[in-house]
Amino acid sequence: MTQLPQSTERKLGLVIDLDTCVGCHACVISCKGWNTENYGAPLSDQNAYGADPSGTFLNRVHTYEVQAEGAAAQTVHFPKSCLHCDDAPCVTVCPTGASYKRQEDGIVLVNEDACIGCGLCAWACPYGARELDKAEGVMKKCTLCVDRIYNENLPEEDREPACVRTCPAGARHFGDFADPDSNVSRLTAKRGGMDLMPELGTKPTNKYLPPRPKDQLEQTDMLAPLLDIVAEDTNGFLGWLDQQLSRLPGDNKQRGK
Amino acid sequence: MHPAPSVIIFTTLSGLGFGLLLWLGMASEAPTGWEAFAFFAVAFALSVGGLAASTFHLGHPERAWRAFSQWKTSWLSREGICAVAALIVMGLYAAALIFFGRHYAILGWLGAWLSLGTIFTTSMIYGQLASVPRWNTSLTSVLYLTLGITGGALLFGKVGIALPLLLLAGAVQIIWWLTGDKAFAARGSDLGTATGLGEGGKVRSMAHPHSSPNYLMREFIYVVGRKHSQKLRAISFILMAVLPAVLLLLPFSHLFAIVAVLSHVAGVAVSRWLFFAEAEHVVGLYYGMR
Repeated sequence: MTQLPQSTERKLGLVIDLDTCVGCHACVISCKGWNTENYGAPLSDQNAYGADPSGTFLNRVHTYEVQAEGAAAQTVHFPKSCLHCDDAPCVTVCPTGASYKRQEDGIVLVNEDACIGCGLCAWACPYGARELDKAEGVMKKCTLCVDRIYNENLPEEDREPACVRTCPAGARHFGDFADPDSNVSRLTAKRGGMDLMPELGTKPTNKYLPPRPKDQLEQTDMLAPLLDIVAEDTNGFLGWLDQQLSRLPGDNKQRGK
Repeated sequence: MHPAPSVIIFTTLSGLGFGLLLWLGMASEAPTGWEAFAFFAVAFALSVGGLAASTFHLGHPERAWRAFSQWKTSWLSREGICAVAALIVMGLYAAALIFFGRHYAILGWLGAWLSLGTIFTTSMIYGQLASVPRWNTSLTSVLYLTLGITGGALLFGKVGIALPLLLLAGAVQIIWWLTGDKAFAARGSDLGTATGLGEGGKVRSMAHPHSSPNYLMREFIYVVGRKHSQKLRAISFILMAVLPAVLLLLPFSHLFAIVAVLSHVAGVAVSRWLFFAEAEHVVGLYYGMR
């Protein structure tokens, strides 16, 4: 059913920390690994070992450079998957009812048995979160690993999306945004979690944490004298050794004189 | 946007076909017998042919019947329902005219409204998409409706009405192009808002997530088409409006009328190619492209 729920009981989603992400693409691989053999049709590849490989992925990592006026450029790795929007335009355009947003937890899913592969939902999504699988002719998208997070056959620590479970940097967090005390709500509040393309009115659930401002070079210079090595203990053998070594040419302070 | 032949054929032909059905339904003195057969055969061939072409790009055309279910939210679903309803009503209307020489005006008017509704719902499939700023305007519906009504009048041989309509269609087309050129910037989306990193400085795409183009890039980023867009606009405008208008002003001949129709259809087809090829989807921003 393509009518969006008025509100959802829970709002499950991800917080992605752009300050912490190292751009290793492990989330991309674990996502493809889990989802190609679980929910729905496999994620096919075309010409995987050829010159022009292509395939269906539900999560992709871009890399950007951000440069403020007069400052050094900063590299930001940027994982992007479905944001499970509150006002999901991909759902309402679906002619068959294959796309829907779940009332109980807000996850946006595709019922692949009803999908005609018209591609209109991918057209409606501003974020490129949906990809039409070339082999199966149906629309694929992030399920928030709906077959992991409620799966009682998995150990409890594995009941989170594959991308979150695998992230070696701890840059991805999974939780319920409807609960103001959840890990994701607190992270969003503390670090100024932001929406992507808010001007389009999609009200994304997933939030991105901006990179923290980097240190400036001038500050390093100012602190340099404080970082000078000072031997605090001048007694005993180590004290004697320090004195003798300081007499030799090439000592920092001697050079300064 | 990738200009897929299936959607260009679909919107061009079905627009023309439902335009003709509209005029046939509204006609106070509708044709009967063989003359009616000829008109309705052309109208149904265009509208049904266009609809059939639109199913070519589907991943699962055998499930197309499901597309009639979500009329509450989906313009594509509404379009399917409108099209089938228009074809059924106009089929009955046509059968009465062809086989019994009977003109049921009420059936004709109902079919005319449904035909108009089909063109409108088709335009809304594109006009509703906030992700494609060039399309996301009510002018898109005005353009589709004007072109459909004009093409139908031309096919129906309504010279007196077709002439002013051709000028109107040409004007609407130019306004749509000019406002469309400003639409992306007016929407305010750029790589800064797309990534949320814009406040920290100037954002530049440094590396794509994949080494060769994927579905998103093939479907949404089509740069080739913009190279000759101004020339193509001129060609489209001349074929769609100027040439047919000139031919209609000349002393009437069947040859001129046929050339006028063909020229108009070719102009609309070029316009539809540009409609897709020039449209920029915001997802291109993530790739540092448009």
